[in-house]
Amino acid sequence: MTNPVPYRGGGFRPTRIRGVGLGVFVSLLLIAEWGTRTGWIGNLTLPLPSDVVLTLIELATSGLLWTHLSLSLGRLFVGAFIGAGAGVLIGIAIGLSSYTRSGLVPLVAALFPIPKIALLPLFVIWFGIDETSKYALIAFGTFTPTVVATYGAVDNVDRTLVQMGQSFGLSRLSIIRKIVLPGAMPGILSGLRISLAIAIILLTAAEMIGAEYGIGAYILQAGALYDLERLFAGVTILSILGVTLSFVLGRIEARVLRWRV
Amino acid sequence: MDLRIDALTHRYGATEVLSDINLEIPTGRITCVVGPSGCGKSTLLRFIGGLERPTSGQVLQLGAPPSDSLNPFTFVFQDFALLPWRTVADNVSLVLEDHGLAKDARTRIIADVLARTKLSDFADALPKNLSGGMKQRVAIARALAVRPAVWLMDEPLSALDAQTRELLMDDLVSLWLRTPFTAVYVTHNLAEATRLGHRIVVLSRRPGAVRRVIDIDMPLEARKAGDATLAGIEQELWHLMRDEAQAADQELVHD
Repeated sequence: MTNPVPYRGGGFRPTRIRGVGLGVFVSLLLIAEWGTRTGWIGNLTLPLPSDVVLTLIELATSGLLWTHLSLSLGRLFVGAFIGAGAGVLIGIAIGLSSYTRSGLVPLVAALFPIPKIALLPLFVIWFGIDETSKYALIAFGTFTPTVVATYGAVDNVDRTLVQMGQSFGLSRLSIIRKIVLPGAMPGILSGLRISLAIAIILLTAAEMIGAEYGIGAYILQAGALYDLERLFAGVTILSILGVTLSFVLGRIEARVLRWRV
Repeated sequence: MDLRIDALTHRYGATEVLSDINLEIPTGRITCVVGPSGCGKSTLLRFIGGLERPTSGQVLQLGAPPSDSLNPFTFVFQDFALLPWRTVADNVSLVLEDHGLAKDARTRIIADVLARTKLSDFADALPKNLSGGMKQRVAIARALAVRPAVWLMDEPLSALDAQTRELLMDDLVSLWLRTPFTAVYVTHNLAEATRLGHRIVVLSRRPGAVRRVIDIDMPLEARKAGDATLAGIEQELWHLMRDEAQAADQELVHD
């Protein structure tokens, strides 16, 4: 009896299949469209997806979209830049110095679980009702996850490379700049993904107080009027923003981490 | 510049790792240090290179290193220690950047050492695209660039397959023949030690102590694989180490 040896390998190695993700999106939308049109989904439960699209188009043609978007993006970038920038610096300091590590790791652990939204009234008192308090909220929210990701990444830098630098008499600054930082870059960038998602969440929260324009303010107003089309239009914008940022970070990773195996 | 290791003893906590090591490392010769695993031979190398401090005793430089040496004590590591984000040329450049050399002086040195290690065609390659043997040649080029007074080689060929090891041994021999250099070469491979060592230092198992020093007079260029004299010395070394290697093998690792 001659049989081929039974094949038992394979699997456990997911790859990306193009178009499937889009397919899931489109079919969910089609189900929602069909459900709301036939009345199977009540009009208080979900808006018609096509109405949401119309609302978005109207928002874009009236020019209001750009007002909301530019203000929101400005807040997002200033806040995230300050928070993530400070986070990377402090994270590196924790990764490199025993004193900063012993002093700041417990502090960061204490700050991390605080819901930053709960501090919003406090920030309004500290920084005023205008833009500064919004920057502060986003910065504070992105700071802690960035710190944790960065010092973890610095800890994971191959110590034999650091030792190589020392054995060739490189200065401390050179070792940090040319060995530790690039070595920590993969971890820092994946931390940045999380921080930026948190920044988008906090953006909406920040714009719920004292903002006339901005995606968050737009969503809040729609929610107050129970205007589902506008509410979903706003949420869609945030989703697209998130996907775009993640795409941009992916491109940056592919470029900066070209050396990875 | 000769080196003298003077009554060097080292302990990790209560465990003595190296015990009263006294050694002369002569200029222009390759001194091989062999011993069973865990005898502290790599630790000894780190003391010579100033990466760690012994509990007592010292490593002395007799005279000053040549003034043109940028990094007198230069390591070649077992796992190459190349920066994966830098190209071959930039990995060599790394160790020159802190010395205030002009850019064209750096470029000249890099081109020279890459030519000497037959790597000129791979200057722009990333380490991930190189074989193990090529990676170690980059590390050797990097070491050449700083004109070491003493080469500290920590099992440089142990991560390579047998064929690549032969090729790299030939490369090291021809580098030495062109310009004799001083080296301390740590290995557990006795064939490497007899091929490359002018002097072979046998360390005993923990605590590492000098068990025997053997000088081989045969010139490097005359040493061929399978040579009877070398095989005899290799036998002698193995005889010295056999029981201890066996004991080391059966020891539990306490870390």
